[in-house]
Amino acid sequence: MDSAIVSREMTEALGVTAEVGGKSVISIRDVSKIFGAGETAVTALDHVAIDIGQNEFFTLLGPSGCGKTTLLRLIAGFDYPTSGELRLFGEDIARLPPYKRPINTVFQNYALFPHMTVGQNVGFGLEMLGRPKAEVAARVDEMLRLVRMESLKNRRTSEISGGQQQRVALARALAPQPKVLLLDEPLSALDYKLRKEMQIELKRLQHETGITFIFVTHDQEEALTMSDRIAVMSGGRVLQIGTAHEIYDKPTERFVANFIGETNFLEGEVAGEVNGALEVRLTSGATLSAGKPEGLTPEGRVTIVIRPEHAQVVADGTASSFAGKISNVVYFGTDTHYYVTLDSGDEFMVRQQNSRRALEFAIGTRVGIRVDEEAARVLRD
Amino acid sequence: MARTRPPVDTKQQPGFATMAAICLVLLYGPILVLMVFSLNSGKIVMHWEGVSLHWYAVAFQDADFHSAAKNTMIIAVTATVVSTAAATLAAIGMTRVRPWKGLTAAFMVINLPLMVPEIVTAVATLSFFALIAGAFGINLGIGNLIIAHTVFCIPFAYMPIRARLEDMDLTLDHAAADLYAPPWKTFRRITLPLLVPGIMSGAALAFIVSFDDFTITQLVAGPGQTTLPLFIWNQIRRPMTPEVNAISTILLSVSILLVAVSFLITRRRR
Repeated sequence: MDSAIVSREMTEALGVTAEVGGKSVISIRDVSKIFGAGETAVTALDHVAIDIGQNEFFTLLGPSGCGKTTLLRLIAGFDYPTSGELRLFGEDIARLPPYKRPINTVFQNYALFPHMTVGQNVGFGLEMLGRPKAEVAARVDEMLRLVRMESLKNRRTSEISGGQQQRVALARALAPQPKVLLLDEPLSALDYKLRKEMQIELKRLQHETGITFIFVTHDQEEALTMSDRIAVMSGGRVLQIGTAHEIYDKPTERFVANFIGETNFLEGEVAGEVNGALEVRLTSGATLSAGKPEGLTPEGRVTIVIRPEHAQVVADGTASSFAGKISNVVYFGTDTHYYVTLDSGDEFMVRQQNSRRALEFAIGTRVGIRVDEEAARVLRD
Repeated sequence: MARTRPPVDTKQQPGFATMAAICLVLLYGPILVLMVFSLNSGKIVMHWEGVSLHWYAVAFQDADFHSAAKNTMIIAVTATVVSTAAATLAAIGMTRVRPWKGLTAAFMVINLPLMVPEIVTAVATLSFFALIAGAFGINLGIGNLIIAHTVFCIPFAYMPIRARLEDMDLTLDHAAADLYAPPWKTFRRITLPLLVPGIMSGAALAFIVSFDDFTITQLVAGPGQTTLPLFIWNQIRRPMTPEVNAISTILLSVSILLVAVSFLITRRRR
């Protein structure tokens, strides 16, 4: 059987790469996808390049229409790239049909086969690979145990709840022991509590199976909490790839900074460089030291970002980065959001932890804002 | 109960009950009368004398009825099987493929027979077979009827199958392919089983349409190729007896039974 052969080859390839070490499982090289032709052509993916490593939890994050699902479909084989290479353990699989790729998918709507039982669904992949019946049966039981669904093996898929269907979909995709598991917004149909549970469950499964997960989501919180690395996408392009920390603390593009968490943007001009950090003179006249994206030396006018929790509101007159007047205060229990209108006219938001020692400021108070060291970042644009 | 009411409740409109009653009586009254009079013991069709199954016995012993029933079954079953198979392939070829040039045209060609007046199709079919018989000396006998029925059954079988295919979630096919099923296995293990209710409806529809076709059959049928509708037609041209009622009732029962069976199969499959 064709698919079984490919699968075995891939396994051997895995052995080889393990010796080489550090080589990526999935390598997306300069991939573009254009739908339609001529004037109606739409570029869904624009020269995307990503390398994903062994046992990595990799997330494609972006708003709807950013190309993340298109990219996932290319990796699964439901569609082919217009140009570029798609490599699995070094082998180009861009034109391989989906049934010949050792890659399985958890679909957004689960796509469980309605005319089969839970057990038959989970065993389908192995059965198609031509594995002996006994092996399939044993593996189905093992998988159902892994997702804690063994008691529902003989149920119809229409008789189980959404959360249970989700688990069956996971078990079904994991059963053939794919090299890569693709997850297309698998948690979006679940309610909040179940979603939190499944997030932990997914991390556990990834850890226990050692499989590379590629996870698609538009939910930035989900991406931050679950991923080893995140690729932020917009308009068919990858804007930034990095760990949750890097993406959050060191955004390189305005879109990334805006899409993930809340952020303050300030305009300024590069005044100099000290120890690899830029000195930026803001419109208010104050000078801030700001980190810069790697391999880039911005000049002239730049935009800097400062996360709201990387600054403090301090009493007027104390040492501070800039000053302004409080325009609004929103209390959140664990923290308080201060909206400050700076003297330069810009709006600035500070998220301050509520501790017993923290000072409280009323609307209309003149205050100073102290920015933490190394908190400001210059954007690429 | 916090049920939202529709803005206009049709049932509350004045005259609703009367209209409904008139419609029901017009629809089912004649059929009911026909069924009741099939139990008449007298000789004259609309003159009631007493309750009896006499005319059913007469019908069942009528050799012409037997031959007509046999012809009908041969034609209807063959036409149903062939037309449903063709319709299934057509529906798959027109929904599960990349859009191809001429797709819309093909769709129209398949459905056009539904728009053509049946008498036109009948005359055309008759001329066609006459031409073939004249030019090549080919006469397939009852085969002519089977071909004619198969052809006009296809659009009827096609409709429900296509509807079912269009309703079907395409990601199921993707999921099967993702789980190592090549296209043929995806079709056999996923698409086909899920399509069965549509195929059953299509087949039931095709069967009924063939079973009670009169116009085309009347023109195309040669001597000795009498089907049930033709048999009844011949009966009422003679002095009518309640045998016609009995036979009609039998026909009706077969139709209802078939529809009921296909309905039950469809429901169980869900």
